[in-house]
Amino acid sequence: MRKSLIPLALSGLAMTLTPALAGSGRTGILEQLQAEAGQAFSAERGKALFMARHKGGKPKTPSCTTCHSKSPLNAGRTRAGKRIAPMAVSKTSDRYSDPKKVAKWFRRNCRSVLGRECTPLEKGDFITFMMSR
Amino acid sequence: MKKVTVSVLMLVATAMTASADGKRYGTIRDKVTREECGACHLAYPAGFLPAVSWKKIIGNLPDHFGDDASLDEETTKHVLNYYLKHSRHGKFRNPAMRITELRWFVREHRHEVSRRARKRAGTMSNCQACHRGAARGYFDDD
Repeated sequence: MRKSLIPLALSGLAMTLTPALAGSGRTGILEQLQAEAGQAFSAERGKALFMARHKGGKPKTPSCTTCHSKSPLNAGRTRAGKRIAPMAVSKTSDRYSDPKKVAKWFRRNCRSVLGRECTPLEKGDFITFMMSR
Repeated sequence: MKKVTVSVLMLVATAMTASADGKRYGTIRDKVTREECGACHLAYPAGFLPAVSWKKIIGNLPDHFGDDASLDEETTKHVLNYYLKHSRHGKFRNPAMRITELRWFVREHRHEVSRRARKRAGTMSNCQACHRGAARGYFDDD
């Protein structure tokens, strides 16, 4: 009876530890996007998407850089003045590790900047770019 | 021990100033609401606007003053309920949609904000640029 508790305790421990390992969430997100995109991701394309001035979105946010600043290593600022932590994983280690959060912000910001949802390929390229910085 | 006494005294002093002039607007006590609204700006106290305004604002999050601030249906409902419950009471003709356009807001800030301060804040909706206690519902520190 007592023995059977050990695996249970271990799995409990693993569950507590998982959120600390931000990478595991990120890997899962990328794998999911990869399966949907069916094509290898490119940091270069991600960079182009991040830097470009887009049409079709809301007039006050033509680019990712409008709020996130031109360098993923720098902090950005929301239109209401609040600081946004840098987008690069090297600067903000828990970025792109919570699937719900990632889905929410891609939905909102792609609609604001591009006027549409981003494709799985665009999302994967974007995260790949941010992981490379 | 001395430190403790000092900080307790400071706390008491803060509480007294805050209530003495009646300028405490309250904070968002609900965690979900505070985190969702507070992701982009100060989670504005619900008492700033009447229910009818919050209903329109939170009912149109995909076009939130020029930004897409959409939330899933369940979270939207949750946030709306909180704001409705704590909104400003009374009847209002032409209820404002922007806190920065409320008559008292305009009056309070008219001669107070220098051009430099305005530039630093970026926008009048950035309360915390000047009001350091804003997150605690305290705006009378100017």
